[in-house]
Amino acid sequence: MAVAIEVTDISKQFRLYNEKHTSLKERVIHGGKMPFTPFWALRDVNVEINQGETFGILGRNGCGKSTLLKCVAGILKPTTGEIKVRGTLAAMLELGAGFQPDLSGRDNIYLNGSLLGLSRADITKRFDDIVAFAELEDFIDNQVKFYSSGMYVRLGFAVAVNVEPDVLLVDEVLAVGDAAFQRKCLDHVKKFQREGRTIVVVSHGADTIRQNCARAMVMNHGQVITVDEPGEAIRVYLADLLGVGTLEGSESGGIAGNVLHIGAVMVDHSGSGIRGHMNSGEALTITAEVDSLAPVPNGMATIAIHDDENELVFASDPDDPACAIEVPEGGGIVKFFFPDVPLLDGTYSVSVGVRSDTETAIYDWKDQVTKFEVANPGRATGRVRLPLDVSFQLRSTGTTGEVPAVGAEFAPLALPGWEGSPA
Amino acid sequence: MSLGIERPASSEPEQGSSIGGSTRFVPGQSHDRITVVNGKVQLGQRLKDLWINRDLLMLLVRTELKVKYKDSALGYAWSMLNPALVLSIYYVVFKIIARNHQPNFAIWLFAGLLVWNLFNGSSLGATSVVVGKAGIVKKVAFPRELLALSVVGVNIVLFAIQVVVLVLAMLLFGITPSWQFVAILPLAMVALLMFTGALSIFLSAVNVYLRDTQHLTEVLLMAWFWGTSIVYTYGQIFLSGDDKHHPSLDWIQYVYLVNPITPIVMTFQRAIYGKTQYSYLSPGQPAGTKPTIYHVLPTWGVGAYAGLLGMVLIVSLGLFMLALIVFGRLEGNFAEEL
Repeated sequence: MAVAIEVTDISKQFRLYNEKHTSLKERVIHGGKMPFTPFWALRDVNVEINQGETFGILGRNGCGKSTLLKCVAGILKPTTGEIKVRGTLAAMLELGAGFQPDLSGRDNIYLNGSLLGLSRADITKRFDDIVAFAELEDFIDNQVKFYSSGMYVRLGFAVAVNVEPDVLLVDEVLAVGDAAFQRKCLDHVKKFQREGRTIVVVSHGADTIRQNCARAMVMNHGQVITVDEPGEAIRVYLADLLGVGTLEGSESGGIAGNVLHIGAVMVDHSGSGIRGHMNSGEALTITAEVDSLAPVPNGMATIAIHDDENELVFASDPDDPACAIEVPEGGGIVKFFFPDVPLLDGTYSVSVGVRSDTETAIYDWKDQVTKFEVANPGRATGRVRLPLDVSFQLRSTGTTGEVPAVGAEFAPLALPGWEGSPA
Repeated sequence: MSLGIERPASSEPEQGSSIGGSTRFVPGQSHDRITVVNGKVQLGQRLKDLWINRDLLMLLVRTELKVKYKDSALGYAWSMLNPALVLSIYYVVFKIIARNHQPNFAIWLFAGLLVWNLFNGSSLGATSVVVGKAGIVKKVAFPRELLALSVVGVNIVLFAIQVVVLVLAMLLFGITPSWQFVAILPLAMVALLMFTGALSIFLSAVNVYLRDTQHLTEVLLMAWFWGTSIVYTYGQIFLSGDDKHHPSLDWIQYVYLVNPITPIVMTFQRAIYGKTQYSYLSPGQPAGTKPTIYHVLPTWGVGAYAGLLGMVLIVSLGLFMLALIVFGRLEGNFAEEL
């Protein structure tokens, strides 16, 4: 497979000035001297992103992920190194960047499209699609300054995705608009993936990466920590973000990041070993073997279940006291028991972890280690079997069993407890 | 190690687009072209990207005009208030208070101010344009020189409106231009735009790092204005009564002649004002006194003017390239500085 983005030895130095002189006057007064501390926002970053791949970049704030994206987009120039990008590229670093508030939505589509690299003729060709996607048919000739913030970002997103680039860079902007629009954006991303376009997503949200990416890179202090499949990358990221990094300063500083290990994770339910699947509504037990080098008195067991489309179905409450566990030296077995699994048909994957109750450390996290299958004996469809009770009642009061007369349609609705009350 | 990027051995820069790595969507162009982002400045690539993005330049100009003048005739008329006021002030000061006896002095002034307004408006406007559009510069990759050039573009439109006003005034006062010099005005215009573009691009980038460039530019431009023969004549400085250049020039006069705007302004004056001299007899002289001849411009032929303009154009082309290189160097950290 061809490489879409090839990043070779990229470093980017920023200068942190003690006192910044932004005018000639100040420079002259200070004799042209401006003491600064060099800060490497990126340090020898090497990565190859394949064509057609959706690639995630994970890292906490200030780790250099946005700087890298800006370098790939060409907004910033690297201090050393080289980036090669194959094909056309569009960067969504901020939706609606460059909108002119005084211009109409129509003019702004042309302006923004041109900024993203479309020719005039191209924009005219896509204009209707963009307007329809943004759902702004009625407002397209209004000045953008009168748009709501939702309309504003919708228009920005609509223009950006309709550029149809070979490589799309996205910086945490997928969470825009209402739920329906978000769904539409995700659908569009999926469509891009099907069309074989390359997408690079920068996020600090593990779920976005897990659901959309084929591979992910974890960055810290401007350096690449790992490039791996999303599950493993997220584990490293979580350990880096909440584990090692913050443990140093916390009171439990004596416990290292690799004190506790989760071993085999087993699924047990009525169908285990026989049918292979469990029925909807039955009990489910998940056991995880835990090895511990030192006592972990303040452990919190966590569990997450994802469906086969990688959407999160359930994640345990991080504050639930029922999840608190005390692991002695040597370890033991953690048992998660779901008395009634309301899931309908599907294959679900299980992730388990143990972290400290103060959320300062993740001792271990096994991402999607095992799976279980649920079959639904009934004909209900969807994801969840909600407890349902149906009853039937006639509309009019007092005339039980009789068909209401014509005109009774306008009778006031019976209120609970109304029937028995004296007239 | 093979990276899977096939690229012709011959010409890497030609393959892709690399103004700050901005990749432009070019319909029909191969989707296999490679964009290279690195710390270097490739002049050829920058020029090519400017050409590819001419649509965007037009749109930026149109946007600016729409925002500023609301696309209405009254809006554009409003934009003429400032040049009209400047013209009347100079007219009142020099013609009425200082008793300048040059005939059709208003047309002389107008011819010079036409050039100056374009140059001055572009340079001043461009100085603050990158800082002013920080929002786009920080978030979108495109050849940022276009921002400076779009200011020049807006001023070309204002220039065109002033030309219309000037032509109407000339018809009204019955002034005939000298057509053979009108023929070299396009050359003067190209030289002017090239020089103005170069300075605009340079100033727009420098102002990001030194924010008082804006104020400095204002002062320097004022000195520059008075150092150009607009409100006075070239003849007042260089020509003696018999249209000969003074035999020896002071160093200050050499400095004067280095100003690339001077030949451009002189060409416009030569073409529009149409005369190189006028005669004037001050009132109260005894009868029979010959009127004095005043030379306003050298009597050179079209070739001499064109030659000077050619030199300005060549220098301006060089400056334009230099400005692009400087801009390219400084552009790398715009997003960080703004």
